[in-house]
Amino acid sequence: MTLGSGSVDLPIVLGFETSCDETGVGIVRGNELLADAVATSVDEHARFGGVVPEVASRAHLEAMVPTVHRALETAGLKLADVDAIAVTAGPGLAGALLVGVAAAKGYALALDKPLYGVNHLAAHVCVDQLEHGPLPEPCMALLVSGGHSSLLLVPDVTSDIRPLGSTVDDAAGEAFDKVARVLGLGFPGGPLIDRAAREGDGAAIAFPRGLTGPRDAPFDFSFSGLKTAVARWVEARERSGQPVPVADVAASFQEAVVDVLTRKAVRACKENGVDHLLIGGGVAANSRLRALAEQRAADQGIRVRVPRPKLCTDNGAMVAALGAQLVARGARPSALDLPADSSMLITDVLV
Amino acid sequence: MPQPARVRERPAGGAIMAPVLLLAFDTATPAVTVALHDGVRVLAEYTEVDARRHGELLAPGIRAVLSQAGRDRLDLTDVAVGVGPGPFTGLRVGLVTARVLGDALGIPVHGVCTLDVLAFAVECDGPFAVATDARRREIYWARYTGPQQRDGDPAVDWPQQVAPRLAGLPVAGEGAVKYPDAFAKAIEPVYPAAADLAELTVRRLASGAALLPPQPLYLRRPDAVEPGARKPVSQPALR
Ligand SMILES: [Zn+2]
Repeated sequence: MTLGSGSVDLPIVLGFETSCDETGVGIVRGNELLADAVATSVDEHARFGGVVPEVASRAHLEAMVPTVHRALETAGLKLADVDAIAVTAGPGLAGALLVGVAAAKGYALALDKPLYGVNHLAAHVCVDQLEHGPLPEPCMALLVSGGHSSLLLVPDVTSDIRPLGSTVDDAAGEAFDKVARVLGLGFPGGPLIDRAAREGDGAAIAFPRGLTGPRDAPFDFSFSGLKTAVARWVEARERSGQPVPVADVAASFQEAVVDVLTRKAVRACKENGVDHLLIGGGVAANSRLRALAEQRAADQGIRVRVPRPKLCTDNGAMVAALGAQLVARGARPSALDLPADSSMLITDVLV
Repeated sequence: MPQPARVRERPAGGAIMAPVLLLAFDTATPAVTVALHDGVRVLAEYTEVDARRHGELLAPGIRAVLSQAGRDRLDLTDVAVGVGPGPFTGLRVGLVTARVLGDALGIPVHGVCTLDVLAFAVECDGPFAVATDARRREIYWARYTGPQQRDGDPAVDWPQQVAPRLAGLPVAGEGAVKYPDAFAKAIEPVYPAAADLAELTVRRLASGAALLPPQPLYLRRPDAVEPGARKPVSQPALR
């Protein structure tokens, strides 16, 4: 690793993320990633087929201080070296968010450093700066995970994020989990479907593409009908005593999801004259989503940016990255009575 | 993890202890209560009763007691925290804050059962009980033979199950106020005060009595249901 020019003068930001089942603590210096420590309670949720909020919150409490020290060790820093604290204030699971927000306040108090309560979705967008440098302004962001599916026009990630559309029912990642369960693949569903789909034919079964009619909202998503269609198809197969072609079902389901996501994202870029598409969130790790997005974007002269998988899933580095941008742009720190807001709007980047 | 930086010494031949500045707080009931104690007396106190705003009120409360007493956070020597039992979300705000302060300041964190904090403030000859609101029509409770003598472990139960076992004993805490049919003799206090938590901790530290680790007393498992067999979405009969 080489020393960036003058990077030692940039503020060191400690970021906290606890909106779902990952306890994330990240450290950045400007746009440079110094540490990204994550503790996950995913295994404790697996037998329930989804994240259990109370289980996640208990795990956050236990993981918090050890994860901070793992991050510090990786970065070769002490707490005293930290210049500012950033934390996900929302949206997310209320009780889980609160553990992170309270921890961040405790460190801000003890270290006497400014605190920035930030939006989880904005952090998902901002994290790409750690890998690919400053974000083009504006850029288009497609965020897809177990908790969100949003299309955002981002003129300025620290102050101006405009939602163009989002899911009207299930998040894309949720649909992956549910279909994985129907196919008996396990939890979480995303990587399992991706793997099974590689052996299958995405055109084998024509599953429906939600909200793609001429009168439908152009940038909203719906995955509930697709999920039900897959379950019906599998049940019909089982009833008729035929084997279920798991790989083909997985591939055809996945194709239906990524077809809609990429089609709408590219259209949003074109209609808004934006030539950079950023894809983030856990589902961004899906290999077919990346491939189809790159292919369709290239046809339109649009560049696709996807952070590496570890930065796409929930982590503290993304929160630290956004915190560092806010510090760099002179944003006003949050007050110590900062609330955790489970339904925080994407238009609010900073509390 | 860093070790506590300051070790309190017991000078030979004297009972005088090194200077103490104890920050105490409890978030296991609707009260968010914070106090600062110098080993002799309470220097400052902050209490707000708001069951839904623990996360918002605690940190400003800590800053408020420090500034009221004109002391710096770096002067703190110990943290004491109520470990419940209590509603989980609020309880965790106190515990994570205590652990983080202990970590960042390099000072020890002591846990005290929240019911013991209430009991410590009870003025009553003879045995009594403490009951706090556990929501879902249940209470967290324990029996005491005196303000500092708990009789058994804290538990969570329906008031109607507990009442016969207390046989008319006076009951402190919000549980007594909330369920007057079960507990006829409600006594003060209703909520724990961090000033009492601080005083109790200072006494336990001085006497060498055991304090608890900053681990939450949940007393309940998380609500979570393992999914049964997959439910069919198809309704063949309706086709
Ligand atoms: Zn996320």
